[in-house]
Amino acid sequence: MQTDTMLTVQDLNVYYGAIHALKGISFELKKGEIVALIGANGAGKSTTLSTISGLIRPRQGSIIFEGKDITMAPSEQIVRLGIVQSPEGRRIFATLTVMENLEMGAYTRSNKAEIQDGLAEVFKRFPRLDERRKQLGGTLSGGEQQMLAIARAMMARPALLLLDEPSMGLSPILVEQIFDIIHDINEDGTSILLVEQNAQMALSISDRAYVLETGRIVMSGDAQEMLHDPSIVEAYLGGGH
Amino acid sequence: MTPNGTPNSKDTLFIQSLRKGWLGKVFLILIGLAALWKLGVSLADNPVLFLQQVINGLQLGFVYALIALGYTMVYGIVRLINFAHGDVFMVGAFVGFYTIARFQFHTWPERLFPGLPQWLVLGVGTVTVVLISMAICALLAFTIERVAYKPLRNAPRISALITAIGVSFFLEYFGALQFVFTPNFVTFERPFSVQNWQINNLGIQALPSGQSPADNSIIISNIALIIVLASILLLLLLQFIVQGTRVGKAMRAVAYDKQTARLMGINVDGIISITFAIGAALAGAAGILYATAFPQVYFVMGIIPGLKAFVAAVLGGIGSIPGAVVGALIMGQAEVLSAAYISTPMRDAVAFSILVIVLLVRPTGIFGEPEREKA
Ligand SMILES: Nc1ncnc2c1ncn2[C@@H]1O[C@H](COP(=O)(O)OP(=O)(O)O)[C@@H](O)[C@H]1O
Ligand SMILES: [Mg+2]
Repeated sequence: MQTDTMLTVQDLNVYYGAIHALKGISFELKKGEIVALIGANGAGKSTTLSTISGLIRPRQGSIIFEGKDITMAPSEQIVRLGIVQSPEGRRIFATLTVMENLEMGAYTRSNKAEIQDGLAEVFKRFPRLDERRKQLGGTLSGGEQQMLAIARAMMARPALLLLDEPSMGLSPILVEQIFDIIHDINEDGTSILLVEQNAQMALSISDRAYVLETGRIVMSGDAQEMLHDPSIVEAYLGGGH
Repeated sequence: MTPNGTPNSKDTLFIQSLRKGWLGKVFLILIGLAALWKLGVSLADNPVLFLQQVINGLQLGFVYALIALGYTMVYGIVRLINFAHGDVFMVGAFVGFYTIARFQFHTWPERLFPGLPQWLVLGVGTVTVVLISMAICALLAFTIERVAYKPLRNAPRISALITAIGVSFFLEYFGALQFVFTPNFVTFERPFSVQNWQINNLGIQALPSGQSPADNSIIISNIALIIVLASILLLLLLQFIVQGTRVGKAMRAVAYDKQTARLMGINVDGIISITFAIGAALAGAAGILYATAFPQVYFVMGIIPGLKAFVAAVLGGIGSIPGAVVGALIMGQAEVLSAAYISTPMRDAVAFSILVIVLLVRPTGIFGEPEREKA
């Protein structure tokens, strides 16, 4: 069967020592989709992304990306294959300039002209970063750092972008702005796996969503339907909206 | 200890000042003033002698800088005090000894192209010798890192530290074997002969060997010049690598945050290996320069210069590249001036007192920043 499935996660089990952080989660993402992974703090969202990126090894289960088994692939190779993560807490290299941070994003690419094109594209999307090219990453505001984190990931020209809590710690206006940008990036052809605690925002721009609770997927479905399902609103979106 | 000596309302003023270490600081400031006074008097007394000491200190300081960089870069990237680093410096000096005395590599251009001018032969030949030493030290450090340190990357820091001490002993006593470097002092053959110049109120004159200098002259040797120039060249090269190249930027990224560096597709282990190799290459060059200035090599010759370079790195702020250079230049001066104006054995005491003082007063050193909490 020839499907347009891009990423398939099968029965993933991840442990931190004795802590069973992911208890057999399975989900998939189709080319071109934004899929949201929502759930409370400690549910296992970041662990899922870290495992896909090859930072953590699962004890059981598999991760298939575009037909290749990448479960045990080194992170470097995963980036080269086109899965790039913008991590939780932005993790900007504070001692590197904005420009150098972007260059690190493009680390796996060698074609100078393509990198230049990537830079031009990123600066068009984030004019703020263009103005701050020479500034150290650590001196940016929270919103600018989040933009830089996404821009840095985009420099690797991902086919699949993993975003871990891009709204964390940002003002509502900035959150709005960041989500618009995420939406645009997806429109331009990048598939996105979006991890969020801000479920409302995440669902509003996603195609589909999975709800994670203490290491298990407890619900999944169409994002718009979930957004309007009273029981989900009650349980996961803080209710009353 | 309370963080940052936050005042506690219950404490008396006296306790508070004790806690903030004011007594110690006042004491240190007094010592510092006394030292400055002594130096000022010496300078006024005999400026020529003083200047001569400063020049000697500069030569020593630059050698320390080349070694200190290896400590600071490795610490910056894996938080390890690589106590075997001084022994890599020793190996570098011995590689110089073998390539020159045994294999005559310093004159290879002449054998290949007879009739070349002598300065060109020795220039190219000496650079070759230094490059061989740098390459072998880089390879050695690469191997040490892979065999001894990498398996301990996630072990408690103390394990790696103890391993480093073990590697240090291994290099020293493996070197002491009869068929390796021997347990003896070995005379280092300089690739070129010493040339002194004297500078005094009559200007600069070449000083034929064996002739004693005129009164009130400063002596500068070709060796001092070469050490200072070669070191500056290597420092500029390092600066270019770290600031300007893709690998250098990756080194800084890895030093800051390994996990995120991996998310960028950076081969973190590879970058760590390169960092060890670059630090060791600088130590290898330092080994040859040091042996050219003090032409005697032996299997434990790396311990004291290694420790002093370590102090220099701590003084400058371990992890900081400019800090290592500044710290090393200060150490060079402190050592030479205390030998000249206090007493010769005092120079080691002063060097290590600096370590104690830095650790007490400003553990982060001159350029260091407080340790960032790792996520
Ligand atoms: N490095 C770690 N060591 C031990 N336990 C961890 C570690 N990282 C996460 N955990 C635990 O794994 C579970 C999932 O964490 P995480 O994936 O960070 O959740 P989320 O991103 O959904 O907030 C939590 O119980 C957390 O305490
Ligand atoms: Mg998380």
